[in-house]
Amino acid sequence: MEIKDFTIGYLKNEYKKRNISPKEVLDFVFNRIRLYNSKINSFITLTEEYAYKSVESLKFEEVDSKPLWGIPVAIKDNMCFKGFKTTCSSKILENFVPIYTATAVQRLIDAGAIIIGKTNLDEFAMGSSTENSAFFTTSNPWDVERVPGGSSGGSAAAVAARLVPLATGSDTGGSIRQPASFCGVVGFKPTYGTVSRYGLVAFASSLDQIGPFATKVKDAEVAFSVMSGKDDMDSTSHPYEFSHVDKNIKEYRIGIIKELYETKGFDPEVLDSLNDVIGLLKAEGVKVDFCSLPHLEYSLPVYYLVATSEASSNLARFDGIRYGLRVEGKDVIETFSKTRGQGFGSEVKRRIMLGTYALSSGYYDAYYLKASKVRTLIVKDFERAFKEFDCLLCPTSPTTAFKKGDKTNDPLSMYLSDIATIPVNLAGLPGISIPSGLDNKGLPIGLQIIGRPFEDNEVLNFANQLESIINFEAQPQLGGI
Amino acid sequence: MSKTNVVIGLEIHAQLKTETKMFCGCRTSFGDKPNTNVCPVCLGLPGSLPVANKKAIIFTIMSGLALNCEISRYSKFDRKQYFYPDMPKNYQISQYDLPFCRNGYLEFLCDGELRKVRIHRIHLEEDTGKLVHTGDIMESDQSMVDYNRAGTPLMEIVTEPDISSPKEAKAFMSELRDVLRYLGVSDGNMEEGSMRCDANISLKNPDGTFGTKVEIKNMNSLRSLERALEFEIIRQSEILDSGGIVIQETRHFDERDGTTHSLRTKEEAHDYRYFPDPDLLPFVVSDEEIRNISNNIPELPLKRYFRFVNKFGINKNDASVLVSDLKMANFFDDCVKCNCSPKEAVKWILGDLTYFWNEKKLEPDSKVFEPSYLKELLDLIDSNLISIRQAKEVVEKVFEMHESPKKITEKLGIKQISDEGFLIDAAKKVIENNPKAVQDFFKGKKNAVGFLVGQLMKETKGKASPEISNKIINDILNDLKGRES
Repeated sequence: MEIKDFTIGYLKNEYKKRNISPKEVLDFVFNRIRLYNSKINSFITLTEEYAYKSVESLKFEEVDSKPLWGIPVAIKDNMCFKGFKTTCSSKILENFVPIYTATAVQRLIDAGAIIIGKTNLDEFAMGSSTENSAFFTTSNPWDVERVPGGSSGGSAAAVAARLVPLATGSDTGGSIRQPASFCGVVGFKPTYGTVSRYGLVAFASSLDQIGPFATKVKDAEVAFSVMSGKDDMDSTSHPYEFSHVDKNIKEYRIGIIKELYETKGFDPEVLDSLNDVIGLLKAEGVKVDFCSLPHLEYSLPVYYLVATSEASSNLARFDGIRYGLRVEGKDVIETFSKTRGQGFGSEVKRRIMLGTYALSSGYYDAYYLKASKVRTLIVKDFERAFKEFDCLLCPTSPTTAFKKGDKTNDPLSMYLSDIATIPVNLAGLPGISIPSGLDNKGLPIGLQIIGRPFEDNEVLNFANQLESIINFEAQPQLGGI
Repeated sequence: MSKTNVVIGLEIHAQLKTETKMFCGCRTSFGDKPNTNVCPVCLGLPGSLPVANKKAIIFTIMSGLALNCEISRYSKFDRKQYFYPDMPKNYQISQYDLPFCRNGYLEFLCDGELRKVRIHRIHLEEDTGKLVHTGDIMESDQSMVDYNRAGTPLMEIVTEPDISSPKEAKAFMSELRDVLRYLGVSDGNMEEGSMRCDANISLKNPDGTFGTKVEIKNMNSLRSLERALEFEIIRQSEILDSGGIVIQETRHFDERDGTTHSLRTKEEAHDYRYFPDPDLLPFVVSDEEIRNISNNIPELPLKRYFRFVNKFGINKNDASVLVSDLKMANFFDDCVKCNCSPKEAVKWILGDLTYFWNEKKLEPDSKVFEPSYLKELLDLIDSNLISIRQAKEVVEKVFEMHESPKKITEKLGIKQISDEGFLIDAAKKVIENNPKAVQDFFKGKKNAVGFLVGQLMKETKGKASPEISNKIINDILNDLKGRES
């Protein structure tokens, strides 16, 4: 058996021809994990026994009808998978085993996917490097001294290292797209409401969205088509039905976001790569022009008020009473504070305190309410831009992967890593990061494509064609596939 | 301290009678084994999300319409945040600045006078779980939590401070309870906790301004509400009369000795950090939905009371007893629809029927005794086929045999004897056999007639028509007396 490619299309084709079996692919996957995971540290939990059992129950007749038949998938460890630990990379949930499965995960399973493990993240998805994981930091497969980005760093690194062809992430301010960019893979954050959040441990409910990591846009599209759609368990889920579009790239009017192009803080090499893409698009006859989103500069402060406010409330339930870590105190109040004091890491505590403060009596109007209003202005900026343009382009992150420890003592510079992805969450839009090249250190650069709400199919179609034009084939030097 | 100096406002929590909880599909039943009616949502497990119960929202809007409120066309749910072990998420989903209903009022009778208390707002929220203490609450070193109640829909009704006496508070609560029961939205049972009430009470200052308000909790019956307020008026008056200052605080009513004691002062109050719940979408109510809900509102108790009194001439006491029990009032209306005389119907309903409903633990709508049966019974009496005494016997038999009064009289041969010829013969015999009674009658002893009628009834095994028997005995005796003289 030989696996030449790690895409859904290739694997399914080989399955259909009976050239390889899902069990053989599992052998391959777990073998690679044994070889390379000690360097990468993508996984918190491996579900090997479960995976082999699920493979046995696959029916060959369903290879065509089930889009993910026999495809190994890794799940970010903040999505519930019944019977397996869901830690959120936090001590407070270190031994927490959920009694139900998240809707998105269940839909993957129903489509034939084989869950092979749960991946590392920044604690409760708060961070941009996985350095906030209570357990360990994941390494970037392109340079193990560097971070994979975050918070879904474990998933991004696993796909980049070809440990698994497909993985899930959650994206609140860039947690799928930024690590995809750092790891040279495709990461898609769908429109808010298209994928059910039921079973995703909430960080900031109005921003959180589940999406896929893959090596190719097409695979991200397949995973999205499986996971998306109305779920009665999530009131914010939209009656969305995915349909593939086939529209020539020439028909798209492309806007380059001025505020994320002319700003200081973006690596020249990152901007060069964007310029290269602009050149390629123009050569294809695509109309490219600059657009302006004047309120974009407020994205970061708005985000760190809205997201922390919601987080302070969402994380209140971790108190040691019903599940998770419990550190006994002399009374219930002391049990609360000891449990939370020892259970949460410093970034989580920082955000809980920020959010608690922003919602406090006397401060609510000045912080949370004001932030909500500015959020609306940012939404309106995008609406205006989308009257002229079909998709907007910008770098996914101002830099390529940074070294471990570089930003751990400087939260503000860490927060800046998400400056280009955060506005997309604030407006609930679909955004995808695809690799656009390598910098002079050989690290991948990501390009972000943003679309209109619920036009996820347009974003994916455009990204798919641009992906072929860019033709990024590089892989990290671990022993490529 | 004169009555008009008392200012009372109430906050009422009513559990809504929905099949399922406010934000999940768990059953809302009580008395089940602890932590059996729970799921990831009402346990607040990581990743779970709330989905609002439409029925509970309809019930709230219906209550608002019945209480003459404005209905918000746009509402939302907010999170009210504080840490407590009976609250699975450490926040309660409630409503802050956009409640479903606002600015209403409720009219009710207090001492026969019509009163009106304005409703400030009505909002919807989820109930908490319950702490269960092992042994004494003060000494127990551990508590257990039962989350069966967590997530039960709870409607909070807040009045304006329009109530001016404990008696009025009680009358208001009683009327409100009846309204909620009429709507079918709540059991309104204070003793079982499906309706709870907190009271804010202050005494006006000599210059007419409002004094410091005190909140009282833990009143588990209408009577407790009245007692707690009465105690509080005395307590606050004594403080003010002796030159002291009433402090703003929450006090706990003690059922056992009828006193209140301090629970917490204002300084210890929470900052609830309300903010819109991002897991739930804002709720838009259309005019059409409001019309539909409005069309399902039945005639409310006070209107019904006035109808019973004014249209049917029912006395006020009977009318209020009837109206306070929805099923009994419905039974009465059905009897009137079956052409029963309203006054006769009330007599039977509040008398024998209530007795047997209670004895057999049945509700008036249990169909054991149908409204049409009452019409049959009254007809049998009116046409002299049975006596009142026999009618009472028939009612008892209906509850035993589950058959109509007509069938029962036929089967058991319950019939009064109205045949005058037969009764005259029997009466003559009775008079012959009781010469002493006849002599008594001649001597002017009027009760001799009663005795002889009684003998005649005995002779006929109670079947003789009392009216006719009475007339015949009188006629014969008077005839004898005439001959004698």
